[in-house]
Amino acid sequence: MSIWEYANPRKFLATTEPFLPWVFGAAGLCLGVGLIWGFFFTPDDYRQGSTVKIIYLHVPAAMMAINAWIMMLVASLIWLIRRHHVSALAARAAAPVGIVMTLIALFTGAVWGQPMWGTWWAWDPRLTSFLILFLFYLGYVALWEAIADPDTAADLTSVLCMVGSVFAVLSRYAVNFWNQGLHQGASLSLDREENVSDVYWQPLVICMTGFGLLFLALVLQRTGTEIRLRRAQALRARTERAQA
Amino acid sequence: MRALLIRDLRLAVRAGGGFGLGLAFFLIVVVLVPFGVGPEPSVLARIAPGILWVAALLAALLSLDRLFALDHEDGALALLATAPLPLEGVAIAKAAAHWITTGLPLTIAAPALGFLLHLSPQAGGWLMLTLALGTPALSVIGAFGAALTVGLKRGGLLMSLIVLPMYMPTLIFGAEAVRRGSEGLVVTAPLLFLAGISAGAIALLPFASAAALRVNLR
Repeated sequence: MSIWEYANPRKFLATTEPFLPWVFGAAGLCLGVGLIWGFFFTPDDYRQGSTVKIIYLHVPAAMMAINAWIMMLVASLIWLIRRHHVSALAARAAAPVGIVMTLIALFTGAVWGQPMWGTWWAWDPRLTSFLILFLFYLGYVALWEAIADPDTAADLTSVLCMVGSVFAVLSRYAVNFWNQGLHQGASLSLDREENVSDVYWQPLVICMTGFGLLFLALVLQRTGTEIRLRRAQALRARTERAQA
Repeated sequence: MRALLIRDLRLAVRAGGGFGLGLAFFLIVVVLVPFGVGPEPSVLARIAPGILWVAALLAALLSLDRLFALDHEDGALALLATAPLPLEGVAIAKAAAHWITTGLPLTIAAPALGFLLHLSPQAGGWLMLTLALGTPALSVIGAFGAALTVGLKRGGLLMSLIVLPMYMPTLIFGAEAVRRGSEGLVVTAPLLFLAGISAGAIALLPFASAAALRVNLR
């Protein structure tokens, strides 16, 4: 029993479809608990007031935006190396979810920034890196949409994802170099003392789990959709060829 | 590889090759900027290095369309793929031709056009050095973008969307180096990064470009 068995589209669908309602439910539960706890049952920050509560949307979305790209990178590598179509379709499915996460992060960041820094936007390294990440996502999705043949598209977008990852990391350091920035440093860490107090930390972790589960559920469902779309395409091509 | 390079250079300078177009576009963009931001010399002098870098980026981008697409359309790319020269060599030769016909003229012309934007001579020197270090990266990254979109009918705009984000580190370090140099600060860090990006791109991206070309030639 190996994970590669799920590269078979039928087995993938058969295994994930029954789980989907549960994953969505778990995601909804975590998000519900996390957000309600975070928004209504935590005290206001002595310095930032209640605006700090947007952290429960902003931080998990930002984390998932990066994780989505990493997942796309891994899926692309699996496609290039082992030629599992499910992997390529999973990467394709994850991209729009990643785009939305990036947009949520950028938007909530702006909403948070306006009362905090007095501006909707600043060319701070983290914001700029996220904007660049958004552009990389756009290029990736655009390339998928532009190419007709699915296997060619999978190959080219996989190469783009790999090269794009290198440039995204490079851009992050370039942007840090370019502008030292106002965005605070890392708030949570596994080994150092947390900069965000415990009172906020617990609902935050629940929200992060919720966003992660939501990403998982959405990607699984969308991958299933992509698999079915491929099947429909193949059927159509087969009937056309039979009639010709 | 030399034969391919010379062929591409000849094609570029002959009719329909668009040799001077990159320079002309560079000039036009530089002329547009004062109309956009006003003619005040101090403002222009401050934004001049950045504007010249961005204009160089855009001018390099414009001539990328023809890098592989023309050869792909008449089947020459398929022939090149079967030649003894590996596709990686084809990619680097074409990128080199692109640099010689676009990047190098831009580098030389930039300080001259800088006069229109009240660029100080010292900044002009730094601009030329950073462009000389950075434009090879632009050509190689652009060749990768062109290889990805070679089969597409409207590949140009998509290629810009893919290539311009990848140009950003080069732009950041290049413009930063000019800024620091013209203010008399230490300039080694951005220059080293810039040279590093060019070197890394030249060394590694042709493999990605060749992979993309092989996929598109299937």
